[in-house]
Amino acid sequence: MDSLDFTVVLPRLPLFIQGAFMTVQLTFFAIVFGTMIGLVVALAKIIKFPIVNFIAGIYTWVFRGIPLLVQLVLIYYGLPSLGIEFTAYQAAAIGLSLCGGAYIAEIIRAGIQSIDKGQMEAAHSLGMSWSQAMFKIIIPQAYRRLIPPMGNEFITLLKDTSLVSVISMVELLRTATIHASSSFKPFEMYITAALIYLLLTTFFTVAFGRLESKLAISE
Amino acid sequence: MIIIDNISKSFGTLEVLKGVSLYVKPGEVVVVIGPSGSGKSTLLRCINYLEKINSGQIKVDGQLIGRKEVNGRLVDAPNKEIYKIRSGIGMVFQRFNLFPHMTVLQNIMEAPISVKKVSKQEAAELAVQLLEKVGLEEKANAYPAHLSGGQQQRVAIARALAMKPKIMLFDEPTSSLDPELVGEVLAVMKDLAKEGMTMVVVTHEMSFAKEVADRVIFMDEGKIVEEGPPSQIFTNPSHPRTREFLVKIL
Ligand SMILES: Nc1ncnc2c1ncn2[C@@H]1O[C@H](COP(=O)(O)OP(=O)(O)OP(=O)(O)O)[C@@H](O)[C@H]1O
Ligand SMILES: [Mg+2]
Repeated sequence: MDSLDFTVVLPRLPLFIQGAFMTVQLTFFAIVFGTMIGLVVALAKIIKFPIVNFIAGIYTWVFRGIPLLVQLVLIYYGLPSLGIEFTAYQAAAIGLSLCGGAYIAEIIRAGIQSIDKGQMEAAHSLGMSWSQAMFKIIIPQAYRRLIPPMGNEFITLLKDTSLVSVISMVELLRTATIHASSSFKPFEMYITAALIYLLLTTFFTVAFGRLESKLAISE
Repeated sequence: MIIIDNISKSFGTLEVLKGVSLYVKPGEVVVVIGPSGSGKSTLLRCINYLEKINSGQIKVDGQLIGRKEVNGRLVDAPNKEIYKIRSGIGMVFQRFNLFPHMTVLQNIMEAPISVKKVSKQEAAELAVQLLEKVGLEEKANAYPAHLSGGQQQRVAIARALAMKPKIMLFDEPTSSLDPELVGEVLAVMKDLAKEGMTMVVVTHEMSFAKEVADRVIFMDEGKIVEEGPPSQIFTNPSHPRTREFLVKIL
């Protein structure tokens, strides 16, 4: 067994921070686009329009049923054979958003459907359209209930960004891998990456915990 | 004002309304009574198209509900028209269904603003007026969760009135209230009746029916079994099933 030597990490720390920055950036994209996709798909699942329901159902079925790792290699290494090429960065952002969107859609759908049916009926009885009722009455109520599961999903997305290292994205895990071989100190490098991941997920956990208790008070 | 012509309604294989006809004149107050499951709520909900009827037709103010004549043929009315018709028919629910994330004032202002596009200020003025009418002006900025059931139901009535409906439908408005809170809600409804509002009220509050109903309808198993003025229905019902029912609830 080699003796542990963390001094090798220090000069590489800026590179780790760069990698972590990429991880955060991808997480941010996945959250923003995933939430937009998720909202649209959730509404598409709820609206009384069988064809739209069906398409939305296919979407969540596919993107929740195929491992994200497989989706990523398919987008990055597979699609070029069909003449569709993405940079690694694009492929990573697209893969994470599409997959995150499918999970977020299910969260939003469940949140919306947990609101008492009487709310929609009351809104309708006043002459509100389905979309008015949805955006003014239902979603604002569902939103509070969405905070805890959305927090979980965001943390999952953050951790899942590590998968994009297989399509040559230099994010946090990939940074560690590169330096593990160049420095011959894999443990030190990987534990550094692990600790940074832990720091980032802790940040999310705390932030969402705060948000949750803040909304609980105003209720 | 409301013409219900031989309507039927089924949920799957369960036939809930079996050829119901009813005519409600402008300004008339009709009370609907009947055992649980007899189709009272369903009847009300068909009037504002919360439920779609399977056959027959309903006209409110001369306008067909949920259907439309196109080139001499009846087709489903577009959603827009359904929303429009609903905005002229107020509905009050057993469980209030106030919007919990909005204050009392916002609850009342929401539909005039988003459906009728009136200005915020106009909506607020109207809301305050209506709150005075139901005796709750001091609760304007409270959230529904902080009101008693009776207060919530009075807000719900004010919310419906904010759309200036020509017709008000009440589905057991007092049956989820503690007994001591029933009176305040009935008082508001009586005022409305006196002002000439056309009302269809599902309720088992006999005092209300006796005092303000022009007509009482007794429903059983999806049909109107008997109807007449409250004095006759309550004291001298002609149908044995009406008698049986009244014995149980009085
Ligand atoms: N959405 C629905 N789907 C299936 N069945 C329904 C639905 N709504 C009502 N029913 C059924 O229709 C019948 C009549 O219901 P309705 O609510 O109109 O009765 P009601 O006279 O209002 O009864 P109550 O006094 O209990 O309110 C009941 O058997 C009920 O179970
Ligand atoms: Mg009922």
